[in-house]
Amino acid sequence: MTLSSVARILRKLPRENAFYFFTSIGNYTGENAASLEEFVDKVREVNMKSLEFHLFRGDFEKWAAEVLEDGELAEEIKKLKNLKLVGDALKDQLHLIVSKRFERLKSEFRG
Amino acid sequence: MKLKNRVTSLDSLDWNILQALQENSKQTYTEIGHCFGVAHSTVYDRIRRMEENGIIKKYIAVVDLEKIGVKYITAIMTVFTDPKESENVAKKLSEAKEVLEVSTSLSEELLIIAKVVAKDQDKLHSFIAQEVAPLPGVLRIRTSIITRKYKEEKLLIEEK
Repeated sequence: MTLSSVARILRKLPRENAFYFFTSIGNYTGENAASLEEFVDKVREVNMKSLEFHLFRGDFEKWAAEVLEDGELAEEIKKLKNLKLVGDALKDQLHLIVSKRFERLKSEFRG
Repeated sequence: MKLKNRVTSLDSLDWNILQALQENSKQTYTEIGHCFGVAHSTVYDRIRRMEENGIIKKYIAVVDLEKIGVKYITAIMTVFTDPKESENVAKKLSEAKEVLEVSTSLSEELLIIAKVVAKDQDKLHSFIAQEVAPLPGVLRIRTSIITRKYKEEKLLIEEK
């Protein structure tokens, strides 16, 4: 992966491209993430219901692929969705996937 | 018809004409005139003045969309906002074609209540997630999808 691709994935997004956490159709929690780094933190903080809602709709993988432009992360999240985990197991696994990905990209960027 | 502090005062005949139009706006001037014992030209004149003054805003057809196979869902969306941004949020919502009504309410927090329509739940969610949640000053959103409507009428006016 080129340095510019890594920088692109790690960039700060404009508010219209941030990820907005909902708990169900139309019910916005007030939490959002405007970068992969913020997303890692929010996965720990947000309501479990919100994580389940977005994961099973495919919203996380779509955002990773289309907005962050990180196909690898999108693929990892898709695999997690197929495991059909719920509750703390889901939160822990999702956090593990996104935090590992973030740390790897950050170290690549620093060289 | 007199203007007093930007409120237009109407006489009994104006009120009666407005009531008649709210019940059926396709009535002719002659039919309305018959009801209240005045000439059709008087009715015409009163209606024209009320249109010019913006008292009568428009005449619309109320269409039963289900009967023509148009499927849609309606939701009541409550948007909790930062008081400094609520005016802008309300204005932005008012510009969206998906939003039919926008009102503000002050309870413990400043709320914007909007009636939203969409073709299905996915479209409703996309609209709220992509167009409403990112607006500056939006703190949270609660949405209730309407499942059955028991009554829907416009307020019928009565003379003050």
